[in-house]
Amino acid sequence: MDKVVSSAQEAVADVTDGSTIMFGGFGVSGIPFTLIRALRHKGTKNITAIINNAGGRLANIDLAVLVKNRQIKKVIASYPVYPWFVSPFEEQYLKGEVELEIIPQGTFVERIRAGGAGIAGFYTPTGVGTVVENGKEKRSFNGKEYLLELALAADFALIKAHKADKMGNLTYRLTARNFNPVMATAARITIAEVDEVVETGELDPETVITPGIYVNRVVKGEKYEVRFE
Amino acid sequence: MKSGLSRELIAMRAAKELKDGDYVNLGIGLPTQVSSFIPEDVEVIFHSENGILGFGRIADENERDPDLINAGAQPITLKPGAAFFNSADAFAMIRGGYIDVAVLGAFQVSEKGDLANWMILEKKVGNIGGSMDLVVAVKEVIITMEHTTRKGAPRIVKECTYPLTGRGVVNLIITNLAVIAVTPEGLLLKEVAPSVTPQEVQSVTEPKLRLAADLHEMEL
Repeated sequence: MDKVVSSAQEAVADVTDGSTIMFGGFGVSGIPFTLIRALRHKGTKNITAIINNAGGRLANIDLAVLVKNRQIKKVIASYPVYPWFVSPFEEQYLKGEVELEIIPQGTFVERIRAGGAGIAGFYTPTGVGTVVENGKEKRSFNGKEYLLELALAADFALIKAHKADKMGNLTYRLTARNFNPVMATAARITIAEVDEVVETGELDPETVITPGIYVNRVVKGEKYEVRFE
Repeated sequence: MKSGLSRELIAMRAAKELKDGDYVNLGIGLPTQVSSFIPEDVEVIFHSENGILGFGRIADENERDPDLINAGAQPITLKPGAAFFNSADAFAMIRGGYIDVAVLGAFQVSEKGDLANWMILEKKVGNIGGSMDLVVAVKEVIITMEHTTRKGAPRIVKECTYPLTGRGVVNLIITNLAVIAVTPEGLLLKEVAPSVTPQEVQSVTEPKLRLAADLHEMEL
């Protein structure tokens, strides 16, 4: 079995207009920069992006690349904007040019986990008594109120890992893991961008975080320089 | 109005609330500074929702690794005993009740302990992040903030006018002027900043404050 494809362009070749796409990453860590650039090149339009933050901190390499090129129709996020500057996403959102669904982060990731695990929904106490409860079933268990939240799944998950073998088993580095292993489970097609591809058998099975069963394609990423403010 | 404590001193006062063995989550902004003021003989384990337990101080320039950050995307260092996990596990720890204390910022806190910290009305968009999950499940929620807005309006109010993060969730408020506990009987003024009087604190606080029997000046 060999899931390695030769280029990011080939990896995203079937990502058609209107796709719902999960993007891994938190802050500056674990973002699939090479796959984002490949989508920019392909020009896929009307994307619904499921991503923690709508980009802009690293505006030349993160999701802002696709936002600026008008490829994003809607963002589903928990921390969409920045308190200290106006991102390309916020600019378009304030003009009504892009949609936003904002979700508490724990609910966001648990909905993705459910989506990948065959669970239709779950009850969580998060958001009770806030605007988050609008339109949702509220139910009491042992005297405490919970909201029904539904699973979230996608056509594609674009994730970033550290090493992959040819079967698609993945390892991660430090806090670059974040949403990536969860999103890997919740899409019809999962594409992993990695720092290094190794032969099958070279990864210690004890260190595999994402088993290859969840991964459809592997591509070696480019190196991008990430600078802190 | 007197300006009271600097932001660093607010963080230093908040650090005194953390006990040996506590698992603690720090919000973005002022709360992240709390980690700099933990005494050496107190072991506090910091949790961050991007998937780490057991980090230490902010990394120096030559130690920075883009793959190692806190929830504010600042480069951090590891302490012995650190662990990594994915975001779903990070929030299972939060909702599961394993986190002892969250120190968060706020726009407004009500006398009933309602918290508004994710969106101001003047802006049409805000950030929820992990705050709503934290406030429903963490054992103690400590708010660190300026006592008033830049224009001098109270941030401690009878009813929050900004969108809520949670209802009845705040335990303790630490500001540049005072330390105030949220109790079933209302707000209890426990400490005042050096050279600030209880009357001065009340004059910039919308709800009526009760004075603690042992009301005293803040010790840092």
